[in-house]
Amino acid sequence: MPQHPIELILFRQLATSLVVPVFLVDARGDLVFLNEPAEVLLGIRLDELDSLPFETWTAAFQPRSAEGVAEPASSLPLVRALTDRRPTHGPLVITGRNGQEHTIEITAFPLEGGRGRLIGAVAMFWEQGPE
Amino acid sequence: MRVTFWGTRGSIASAGPATQGYGGNTACAQVLGSDGTSLILDAGSGIRALGTAMPRDVERVDILLSHLHMDHIQGLGFFEPMFRPGLEVHVWGPPSATLDLRTRLSRYLSPPLFPVRLWDLTSRVELHNAPEEPTRIGPFEVTAAAVVHPGPTVGYRIVEDGTSVVYLPDHEPALGDALDPGQPAWTSGYDLAAGADLLVHDAQYFPQERSERVGWGHSSWPEAARFAVLVGAKRLACFHHDPAHDDPTVDRLVEATAAVAQGVEVFGAREGQTISL
Repeated sequence: MPQHPIELILFRQLATSLVVPVFLVDARGDLVFLNEPAEVLLGIRLDELDSLPFETWTAAFQPRSAEGVAEPASSLPLVRALTDRRPTHGPLVITGRNGQEHTIEITAFPLEGGRGRLIGAVAMFWEQGPE
Repeated sequence: MRVTFWGTRGSIASAGPATQGYGGNTACAQVLGSDGTSLILDAGSGIRALGTAMPRDVERVDILLSHLHMDHIQGLGFFEPMFRPGLEVHVWGPPSATLDLRTRLSRYLSPPLFPVRLWDLTSRVELHNAPEEPTRIGPFEVTAAAVVHPGPTVGYRIVEDGTSVVYLPDHEPALGDALDPGQPAWTSGYDLAAGADLLVHDAQYFPQERSERVGWGHSSWPEAARFAVLVGAKRLACFHHDPAHDDPTVDRLVEATAAVAQGVEVFGAREGQTISL
């Protein structure tokens, strides 16, 4: 595997220090890292995955609206951040691999390096408590 | 290809009896190609002596700046060929998201820090962003890549006829790979340095010193050794010697590095030393 850009390397290091769940994808949208809080939330372990390509993760957690309507991949905040190259924020309901349902808000933003090169994107998950 | 060190010190020049062995001038190395093409790596205070030694009939010089910290550019205004009318001087440096290279260099090469402005130089100075894609300069193929160090910073890989020298004078890869040490994909500088015949790498600190300066952009000797082994370098030149380290201290640092860098020939870069590759 070729070396990741240093922006991803450094963001990954930052993510390991945060308590907020962080999901990091490369420029193609493939998962390259998630921190331990994200592993707990999503019910997966990074070490147990060979890879988590874009086509898999965008459907894996059954993303849907609060009304239960399935969200297409193109409307997910992280995908919009990557494709529109703009920060996005929105609510979502997901089901972790362990079957646990979570109501979350997602803040996602693109990572751009020198000369405007798209490096990848970051999603942070904010779990919503009971109203 | 021949590599000559004209300045091996980091941070600030530290001339004196205690540093005579490794030298007190700040970062500057010269890579001389088989056809006489000269690449200059960084413009620390060591570049002054290099300038006076350069033949008068040289028509082009390329200066590859790793970054614009003072110890890597402070010699620019004292590089005599800069004042040779008509000489082509190509200066390459890391791109910034906000200011071009001319604007950033002019912050130093202008009053009140320096009496001569960049545009007053009588040579033909051309400025370029460091090449992310392999770029031909004379017989060399030159590639730059961003590496972990505060501010825009690149390392360089220079190849002639399959022989490579990699220059990473200021580099703190441990800042990015502390989670899973030894994973190439998550190691800054890996692609650039893979399989280098000569790796010139930051080895400024002892471990205790680095523990007090995390994030300053430099490596301890065990980190330099680990990086050299990981990338499969054949030779490691410990570089960017700490200004507070006298010659016996650098000797101890280099010996410690050599003891753990399995399969890598380790030495401390000395001012005036030439390595033939």
